[in-house]
Amino acid sequence: MGLPSGTFNQGYAQDMAIFRTRTQWVMLFAFLILLFACPLFFGDRILTILTIIGISVISVHGLNILTGYCNQISMGHAGFMAVGAYASALLTAKLGFSFWAALPCAALAAGIVGIIFGLPSLRIKGFYLIMATVAAHFIIIWVILQLYGVTGGSDGMAVPRPEIGGFVFKSKSSYFYLVMILACLGTFLAKNIVRTRAGRAFIAIRDNELAAEVMGVNLWTYKLQAFFIGCVFAGVAGSLLVHYVAFATTDQFPFMNSVWYLGMLIVGGMGSTAGAIFGAVSLKLLDELVTIVGPILAATVSPQAASSLGLIMRGLVILLFLIFEPRGIAHRWQMVKSYYRLWPFSH
Amino acid sequence: MTFFLQLMVSGFALGMVYALIAIGFVIILKCSKAFNIAQGHFVMIGGYLGFTFLVTFHLPVWASLLAAVGAAIILGLLVERLMLRPMVGQPVLAIIMMTIALSVVLEGLATLIWGGEYKTYHGVLPTITLKVGELSIPPETLIGVIVSIIVVIILMLFFRYTRSGLAMMATAEDEQVVQSAGIKVTTVYALSWVIACVVGVIGGIILGGVSGVMIPLSMVGMKAFAVVLLGGVNSIGGAIVAGIMLGVLENVAAGYLDPILPGGGLANVFPFVVMIIVLIFKPYGLFGLVEIERI
Repeated sequence: MGLPSGTFNQGYAQDMAIFRTRTQWVMLFAFLILLFACPLFFGDRILTILTIIGISVISVHGLNILTGYCNQISMGHAGFMAVGAYASALLTAKLGFSFWAALPCAALAAGIVGIIFGLPSLRIKGFYLIMATVAAHFIIIWVILQLYGVTGGSDGMAVPRPEIGGFVFKSKSSYFYLVMILACLGTFLAKNIVRTRAGRAFIAIRDNELAAEVMGVNLWTYKLQAFFIGCVFAGVAGSLLVHYVAFATTDQFPFMNSVWYLGMLIVGGMGSTAGAIFGAVSLKLLDELVTIVGPILAATVSPQAASSLGLIMRGLVILLFLIFEPRGIAHRWQMVKSYYRLWPFSH
Repeated sequence: MTFFLQLMVSGFALGMVYALIAIGFVIILKCSKAFNIAQGHFVMIGGYLGFTFLVTFHLPVWASLLAAVGAAIILGLLVERLMLRPMVGQPVLAIIMMTIALSVVLEGLATLIWGGEYKTYHGVLPTITLKVGELSIPPETLIGVIVSIIVVIILMLFFRYTRSGLAMMATAEDEQVVQSAGIKVTTVYALSWVIACVVGVIGGIILGGVSGVMIPLSMVGMKAFAVVLLGGVNSIGGAIVAGIMLGVLENVAAGYLDPILPGGGLANVFPFVVMIIVLIFKPYGLFGLVEIERI
């Protein structure tokens, strides 16, 4: 059910096209126009939520390539984000780089650290690799806290807002545009990276590592490439986050965030670019729901119920998705699409 | 020298508790092939249960221990039936995410019931004071070591001489053969979660008596993972040896290096450094089985 009825592919280019029909193009541009018109309709509060969602989408795209496509499960994604964040913060605040130069450097730094901690992946997998990445997260945070003279340790450090030719991205709406442009670019890249030679190698590694190796896929290079790409996305997201808050502390990258990024992937659907977006959006919206319901619950039931609400909700959402829809929202979305394409005929 | 010996002794005591917690993890992994990230959360729940029964209800120590073990059995059965049974045969990541969801729900429940606050029952547990020369062993730790050793011995005997214990060991060996021999594998799964839960809760009561209990107590689970990886994920004996090794190493390293390093807190990151080193150089641990994979 890949295509609307009546559409047939007549060549390789058509077969490969992501947007195949005119309606799909129209819908894409309608979505982009609506997205970029958001600051006209919404206040600062909603824009903040959308900006944070955009940053999460970038980060989850990275994790999706690493975990969803290449099956190298990383539970240290927040740690890699912290690397990008601190690299960018140090370059702009201490060395006077502009944000635009610091962002690629931050991405590169996160990617290189990702490769270093990805090295064990060549010998281990599954649970062992998860533990290695958990260790990576805690070691990264510990090192940042130790370098008191450079990073300010647990006190954190102030970070300037990005600027271009005298224009400072100070307002919520300007930063919203910055993040959304990068998120769209990230989505474009993420969608296309997995269609390249490397992306197909990742999928081969995911499906069966030994078979992939026998077929001539170089595990050494491609696994490290997956780590590099995944962590580059994380680095960009981390850098955007600290420049948005204009302050960098290790508290912005708690271990539970690493877990939530995996949770977003589960909820959205592993190994699907749309799934990464669905997951990031829905779990962040769940968080917002909790912040709205929480105070009401605190007033009517008890403050304890309010503070436990977020944890229990998040746990239950992941639990229910794992039991009832392990392939995530993306799979449901595919089912809905194929249903309405065939409607009113069921077969 | 006394300083060094003191560090060794308290490290040994800590290591015994780590080993106890790690054994719970190993049993689940051996019998049901599930990696239980929530093992540390069982410990935290155990600490809070200890507080509830010892302080809130003023029960005597033996009754509290029995009540906590009873609660742990119920928790273990519920967890296995509701959360892990649907996950049989799913990929590793799904099972791990499920235990993470479990850990988050347990954390939420602890916040809901006990407010996530720092609770302590220092001085309620019985203490034994022992002094060897200039070395003094902290009384709460000593009772912890004794309880841990008793539990480990009981488990050893259970796996060697009882029908259910032997069934569990056989399941760890080969599930299909065991099924054809008439052993109910689901019962074995349930039993493994119950044992892990009970062991975690006992560890939690001990640790709660030493240093009090709060939500971050669950981080002790992370140290248990380091222990498990060092000892080999499917070796109970390995967990004990590695637990003691890690406890001693952690204490000695923190005792000597913390004054030198500015930020301190080496004891918290030490297990992870060990983890990475083990994973790079000896992925299957000291006593673990090397997995051979075929297409």
